[in-house]
Amino acid sequence: MIIVDLILSNLFSIPYGGEILLRTGEHLILVAIAMTIAICIGIPLGIVITRKPKLAKVVLGLANAIQTIPSLAIFGFLISVPFIGGIGKVPAIVALSLYALLPLIRNTYTGIINIDPTIREAGRGMGMTDTQLLFQVEIPLALGIIIAGIRIATVISVGIATIAAAIGGGGLGVFIFRGISTVNTQLILAGAIPSAFIALGADLFLGWLERYLTQPGQSKQKYFLLGVLAVLMTGLLLGIFGLQNPHTETITIGSKNFTEQVILGEILAQQIEAETDLTVERQFNLGGTFICHEAVKVGQIDGYVEYTGTALTAILKQQPITDPKEVYRIVKQAYDKKFQLTVMKSLGFENTFAIVIRREDAQNLNIKTLSQAAQYTPQWRAGFGYEFLARKDGYPGLAKTYGLKFKNTPQQMDLGLMYKALAEKQVDLVAGNSTDGLIPVLKLVVLEDDKKYFPPYEAVPVFNQETLAKYREIEPALANLAGFITAEQMQQMNYEVDNQLRPVAEVVKEFFTKNPN
Amino acid sequence: MAKSPKLLQDKEIVVEFQDVSYGVGANNLLLDLNLTISKGEFLVLLGRSGSGKTTTLKLINHLVMPTAGKVIVHGRATEDWDPIQLRRSIGYVIQEIGLFPHFTVEENVGLVPSLEGWKPKTLKRRVYELLDLVGLEPGKFAPRYPHQLSGGQRQRVGVARALAIDPPILLMDEPFGGLDPITRWEIQQQLRHLQAQLGKTVIFVTHDIQEAFLLATKVSLISEGKLVLEGTPTEFKRSQHPEARRFMACCQIPQ
Repeated sequence: MIIVDLILSNLFSIPYGGEILLRTGEHLILVAIAMTIAICIGIPLGIVITRKPKLAKVVLGLANAIQTIPSLAIFGFLISVPFIGGIGKVPAIVALSLYALLPLIRNTYTGIINIDPTIREAGRGMGMTDTQLLFQVEIPLALGIIIAGIRIATVISVGIATIAAAIGGGGLGVFIFRGISTVNTQLILAGAIPSAFIALGADLFLGWLERYLTQPGQSKQKYFLLGVLAVLMTGLLLGIFGLQNPHTETITIGSKNFTEQVILGEILAQQIEAETDLTVERQFNLGGTFICHEAVKVGQIDGYVEYTGTALTAILKQQPITDPKEVYRIVKQAYDKKFQLTVMKSLGFENTFAIVIRREDAQNLNIKTLSQAAQYTPQWRAGFGYEFLARKDGYPGLAKTYGLKFKNTPQQMDLGLMYKALAEKQVDLVAGNSTDGLIPVLKLVVLEDDKKYFPPYEAVPVFNQETLAKYREIEPALANLAGFITAEQMQQMNYEVDNQLRPVAEVVKEFFTKNPN
Repeated sequence: MAKSPKLLQDKEIVVEFQDVSYGVGANNLLLDLNLTISKGEFLVLLGRSGSGKTTTLKLINHLVMPTAGKVIVHGRATEDWDPIQLRRSIGYVIQEIGLFPHFTVEENVGLVPSLEGWKPKTLKRRVYELLDLVGLEPGKFAPRYPHQLSGGQRQRVGVARALAIDPPILLMDEPFGGLDPITRWEIQQQLRHLQAQLGKTVIFVTHDIQEAFLLATKVSLISEGKLVLEGTPTEFKRSQHPEARRFMACCQIPQ
């Protein structure tokens, strides 16, 4: 007990210690449940196809095909599937089980098929029924290979389970996704290290089990051990499904997987909690626009913040338009008609491509707009990200619209390094995002896009209409947020989270305290 | 071809092949086989590798089914038997790999009785009795695994296993193939005595003519899926059939 206490207290003293325990627990449970389900399906299926050789090709082919589908695609696909789909733990478990199937089916099948045919024939010749042959001869002899399959599947599952965080499944992937979106290595390690330990631990345990079960003798103890494991797994399964909390009187707010999105999700959540009696569940860091959109459409989440430009081009698949009001009008109308989603008023700021220069240059030369800057650019060096250089609505169109020319060919740079390069005067102009937290900190300014070249990306809350009809208090509560956040405030909050590593909830709370609505 | 020799005519017929053919696709492995095996007989099916002897054996315990004709065991065609019941009434010995590697000698020998639901005490007594019978010290060998035995010991275990519930018929498929000549000779002697002592009907497959002469009361020579010669070892030695002559030629020990 003293040792356990020591470990626990040490765990809590390291950063995120408590949450690491929680997420590790979630991770273990995800993998354990998925593996139990996969074993219950995969091993019997593997056995069946040893009896039906025609079926074997089909089943193995199918399992193989599933294995090749990218995990994020399976999660995305599952969102719109009823009962087993959606977001949260259930689809995560379904996806993990699917991935675990191939090694289980294949190893069970191969293990049994590869038993010396003479042994099988001896058994049959002595009058064993197919069932007796299976349980007394084939399974015991194939057990080593079958457990090796379980071992492979488990280790794979521990890895893939980190992706479950993309659809709100929890687990250690939460750290990894949060770490990636905030470029925080410590957070990534907080997810990656425990997950590596789980994989190693599971591998060691199953390796021991494999050796124990395949050594001759003590068949009674072996069956006892297997029985205990089976009961434990089943108990766990029943327990988890029994404990799943019913979604009553709570609404779920989602977000995509980058810092600004998580902050905006938290802003919606805190506003609803402050203005209504509803409980808010947070499903942040969902894996991208598509997953958020599908989730809000089917009501797996009730709302999230989208950008009008993204809604227009990525969801509605229309050509970019430059007039913000027109974009908003088209998106609002189409969302209402096509998806029964309400697009609320803009939160006040845009997150669009932004041309950024040093503040001292802007002041010395007295320039505020891109048109004004055009006369100085021939003496400047530019740094752009790869995407901005390549996209039609990026650099080529921009240069044409404003007649921009530079001293050298614009340099291709990593987004993270660009601001630093600008501040250190290695380049004089870069293209970033208008709400990037480093803009104010490094004393940079965004030049105004006076010819409205960049399509507008206004931040707008998107809500499921069924939810809004059921909880009528939500809409008025969120109405207060219209026009509430400026680009500077967004930059500041992004900076607090990304660069000062402060918790999102704290930063948002502080924002509300400073700016009461 | 000689019909059943006179001295066996009055004996009870245990296994009978009636115009049996067996084939895969258009390929006939056995063609129009007629064979009668009487109670207590030691029939050796002799032939080259691939001649169809093993298939003939498997037709008796229904591991393969005839594509034409009938195999009659104890007065009933094999297709009318419950295959499990049929197989449990027939002892089956195949080359040494037929032992289950994950079972002890005791479990291997006791397999069929335990499938039949014998009580553990009766089962153990029977296993010890059988091990004694085949000349293996029960206390020493019962807990061992097949990989801890020599080839000869494994073969004895195989025979003990086949005899476990005292089946009236014993099928043996080249059971002593992998043994050294001396062990082989010992175990052959033992089998002969055992068969005489227990009065089993034995159908034994081999390509070794010396083994055939040593054990058989009747030899059936199979060549390319057909029964070409049937008779006592003495009749076989006198036969002018070319395949029989070829087998006889192998017997000559060069001076």
